[in-house]
Amino acid sequence: MKKTVSLLLIAALMLCACLGFTSCGDEAEGSGGTETLYVYNWGEYISDGSEDSLDVNAAFEDYCREVLGKNVKVNYSTYASNEDMYAKLSSGAVSYDVIIPSDYMIGLMADQNMLMEIDFENDVPNYEYIDDRFKGLYYDPDEKYSVPYTYGTVGIIYNTEIVPEDDEHIGSWSLMWDEDYSGNILQFNNSRDGFGTAQYYLGYSVNSDDPAEWQEALELLKEQKNVVQGYVMDEIFNKMKGGSAAVAAYYAGDFFTMYSDNDRLAFYHPDEGTNVFVDAMCIPTCCRNYELATEYINFMLSEEIAVANAEYICYASPNMLVVENEEYIECMEEIHPDAITILYDFDMDSMEFYHALPDETRNLMNSLWEELKIESAIGTDIYIICVAIIAVLLALLLRRIIIKRRRQYYFDKFMRESEAVK
Amino acid sequence: MKKLSRIYMWVIFALLYSPIIVLIVFSFNRAGSLNHFSTFSLYWYAELFRDSSALSALKNSLILAVSSSALATVIGTFAALGLDRMRSKYIKGIINSVTNIPMMNPDIVTGVSMMLLFVAAMSVTRVQFGFVTMLLAHTTFNLPYVILSVLPKFKQMDKHLTEAALDLGCTPLQMFFKIELPFISSGIASGFMIGFTLSLDDFVISHFVSSPDFQTLPLYVYNQTAHQVKFSMYALCALMVFVILGLLLAVNFLGSRGKEKKVRMRDIV
Repeated sequence: MKKTVSLLLIAALMLCACLGFTSCGDEAEGSGGTETLYVYNWGEYISDGSEDSLDVNAAFEDYCREVLGKNVKVNYSTYASNEDMYAKLSSGAVSYDVIIPSDYMIGLMADQNMLMEIDFENDVPNYEYIDDRFKGLYYDPDEKYSVPYTYGTVGIIYNTEIVPEDDEHIGSWSLMWDEDYSGNILQFNNSRDGFGTAQYYLGYSVNSDDPAEWQEALELLKEQKNVVQGYVMDEIFNKMKGGSAAVAAYYAGDFFTMYSDNDRLAFYHPDEGTNVFVDAMCIPTCCRNYELATEYINFMLSEEIAVANAEYICYASPNMLVVENEEYIECMEEIHPDAITILYDFDMDSMEFYHALPDETRNLMNSLWEELKIESAIGTDIYIICVAIIAVLLALLLRRIIIKRRRQYYFDKFMRESEAVK
Repeated sequence: MKKLSRIYMWVIFALLYSPIIVLIVFSFNRAGSLNHFSTFSLYWYAELFRDSSALSALKNSLILAVSSSALATVIGTFAALGLDRMRSKYIKGIINSVTNIPMMNPDIVTGVSMMLLFVAAMSVTRVQFGFVTMLLAHTTFNLPYVILSVLPKFKQMDKHLTEAALDLGCTPLQMFFKIELPFISSGIASGFMIGFTLSLDDFVISHFVSSPDFQTLPLYVYNQTAHQVKFSMYALCALMVFVILGLLLAVNFLGSRGKEKKVRMRDIV
């Protein structure tokens, strides 16, 4: 009886699993004329219809229906970092048709044959609108894999209420080391950007493979640690908006988001040079619908869509149609009077891209970063506290054991005595 | 002394609830800022209901939480039944600790191993990453919690009751449904609730086994940190707090009414 019941249960479970698998498999293979396009993008990196903006993915579905006569569904999902995206794709668990990684990641993925070549002339005619400065960059020298989507720079954001406009450090990375603003400075909480600030300040290349230069950058960061309020990423928005920090290095595009909430903020590109990055649309080799993917990329480059995206994201656009669009310029100037200058007017030659670091250097960077983060005032104390807590727990345990033993001893003794009396 | 303990209680409450209160207050802020409160408005709530991707993520989360906790409850209850009936104490102990391992395991280990398992399964069967893999993963990590909440109920049960039922002519199956199931039902309910909440807020495991077809709310919110989390998410979180609060009140209210009835019945008898 018991055995038959359990056998039945096992059979039921197996059946459920099989049904689940097959039904799911069928679904993925397309159901009746609707094609699905899988797009994988950064979070909050597309005009999505919120706050009266244009819903780009819905517009693409409409475009396919009306112009191409196809039923298309855009399956749009997001990631929080290049590395997340890379891990997901290289695990082989999922497949996407369009991805939007940053420069160094494109180089890395192209080297590992993870990207498909795109035929720009026939499949993405709008590629011609891309600014020549952004064609054939180091990560894709032969213009095979990528179509630039946005680009941006890192600069320093400061609060004019706390930092006077005539401070001599303005215009330089040294503002982030200024003891006058001790406890009011925010540093990146990721190793590459964090080291970047020190390397640009020192005038070293951020792609250096000389351990001595990294070591020197670390010393500089350690020195900065005394004046830094914290190592943060997206908390920067609230801290800068609320005025609880005065100086922070961050991306130019995000400065406008902060500025719209606090007009005391100002921005500059440090003279020593800074980071520039490009995020570009690519087609991974696991793509199942090349035709639709190129259609999507082409659509993203068309004027109305590119303008909507640029206005929503506030990052600079490499698309000439956007840069020359009157409405776009007006919209950006409404956000900040110098928006166009900040986003577009800088010397590309003084900027440096992040390249994918060789394994050895990356490991060195990560271990140095650990060293920076761990070495702190509470660093050693925390171990002492942990040891003390463990010692107290052990002592309590030992005491209990001793008490138990003693009780047992007296109990046994009592039993023996009472038996003897009997 | 009494005053002190009262102050202590309020401090603890403040620590627990102030973040939630801040979130709820600012979800009504038209300015979309955490720094100044412009006017009270439901703008971000309206924005939330226009945001189709957030709503579909919420829908996915709810579907997954209900189905995975239901599945885990069924399997877990039978597992607890089996564990309870085991004669050898030795084997029982071993199986008990084996079922507890997934609970002790760090989420990241469970997540990565699940992902590897499913990738391996992909080459053999037609399994695709998506709802099915999420359901399997969530059911797996819910299972030990269900067993943990149902098993003690079996232990608390008076064995004489079941013996009496069998003695009076119940078949074992009837006995299970008439005697045991009502007795362990509170354990089942709490197991289900734990499973539901765990599944609803799981991030790490979902991160590894999810697919573009099936994004849950925690994944959606996390991915927004690439730039800035939308203010409509504050509205969403506030709504969830309200719903959970409502559910808790309802459960407590209904529970206390049930107890009153029982007491009255006993008085009559």
